[in-house]
Amino acid sequence: MSADAGVAVALQHTPLSAWHRAHGARMVPFAGWEMPLHYGSQLAEHEAVRNGTGFFDVSHMRPLDISGPDARALLRYALANDVAKLDGQDGKALYSPVLNAQGGILDDLIVYARGGGRYRVVLNAGTAQADTAHFRNLVAAHGWRVDLRERPELAMLAVQGPRARGLAAEALDLPVLNALASFTAMEGHALGGVFVGRTGYTGEDGVEVILAAEQAPVLAERLRDRGAVPCGLGARDSLRLEAGLNLNGQDMSPAVTPWESNLGWTVDLRGERDFLGRAALEAQRAAGVGRTLVGLVLDEGIPRHGYAVEDANGRPCGEVTSGIFSPSLRRGIALARVSAAPSAGGRLWVSVRGVRHPALVVKPPFWRAGRPNFSPSKEKSS
Amino acid sequence: MSTVPENLRYAETHEWVEDIGGGRYRVGITDHAQELLGDLVFVELPALGSQIRAGNPCGVLESVKAAADLYAPISGTVAEVNEALGENPQWLNEDPHGRGWIMVVNADATAWDGLLDAAAYARIAEA
Repeated sequence: MSADAGVAVALQHTPLSAWHRAHGARMVPFAGWEMPLHYGSQLAEHEAVRNGTGFFDVSHMRPLDISGPDARALLRYALANDVAKLDGQDGKALYSPVLNAQGGILDDLIVYARGGGRYRVVLNAGTAQADTAHFRNLVAAHGWRVDLRERPELAMLAVQGPRARGLAAEALDLPVLNALASFTAMEGHALGGVFVGRTGYTGEDGVEVILAAEQAPVLAERLRDRGAVPCGLGARDSLRLEAGLNLNGQDMSPAVTPWESNLGWTVDLRGERDFLGRAALEAQRAAGVGRTLVGLVLDEGIPRHGYAVEDANGRPCGEVTSGIFSPSLRRGIALARVSAAPSAGGRLWVSVRGVRHPALVVKPPFWRAGRPNFSPSKEKSS
Repeated sequence: MSTVPENLRYAETHEWVEDIGGGRYRVGITDHAQELLGDLVFVELPALGSQIRAGNPCGVLESVKAAADLYAPISGTVAEVNEALGENPQWLNEDPHGRGWIMVVNADATAWDGLLDAAAYARIAEA
């Protein structure tokens, strides 16, 4: 094997950095932060989230609070999805890409309505700064009255798995979490004040808890005491890919639109709402979208980022954007951006180190509610 | 801390080599390497009888997340491969110096000379 060349960069540390080391984490650089990759076994951590409870330090993801008389106007303009869906529903959350004028994806985020015209968005580590500058530019250009407040004093833990919500309710002494609706957040007095959303990035039930940085190790201990397993970025990646969730910067980028990223459902074109990228998205759809993001399942070979995808005639038709060995399915799975894809149940081929392997085309997610989420190939397997 | 047995020699590409006599050398990946790679799920071994060259890729190790090249730590002819790793890739994690051995290479004695001793490799692994 070869080790990556070490490059000296000043990495940011989360409030749980010492806690991770004390619990045997292998730390790696990720998007400018030093984060745990695993605490011994990525497979065991993956399994814990699928069948019990795991928890992740996601303090590299950054909360940004948006308020002021024009907060709603900013978000209706800056997001492909429409925050008007959250009107009158304090605590409700919405997933949306952030687009540029060409309809390209700058980032993806979850926005929570907090009542009184206040919102909280949670931004990806690598793009948080650029997103914030982008929002500030939009505010200035439109003369909006919006207060954008970064929250460097906050940390975030994701507690995920079929038993996660009940366990988090105990750890936070917030029994009301047991009744929290999906994609909804609540605020509680535990640990000096917590913001808890029933959201996540694993395909399992669970919550994401935003709290004061100094309380993060306290919550981590309480979760671990109750049997939750600390999980690193490795398991986070295999879990999200099985759940068919895109990773920004890998499965999507400013060079592709939601139509090309299996995110058409997040683009709200109802009414006349003017949002950044709308004209470009409508034009692309009218002209015909040439590429789509599909799921691939292989019986043999493990697809990896950048591997070529070919059609039945051996012609290149795209490439793998994310590929892993799926711990739940015990085989290779991938997201691939391809032109002229057959529909679900059809077949494409992935070139793995010069060998063509057949792949079943599926609609993500690959794994859902404890079982595979696709039917076997319609064509007879050779 | 990873284990670096004294009786083995090492390549900078994180393989260990054991002199088992008669010009035969057993090869595997180091404890440090398996720790870096994470849970291994698939191995592609060099073909029996193939010629391998020190510093060149001769196989592939795949973890859940990534595929990594296996480098030949010495030059020679592949005399045995650990076929059982096909069914049990986790042995590379559980017992990298034992059940997780990868291959036996026939090589001449000079092959051994260019390798690192345990102390020198430990410095690389801890860097």
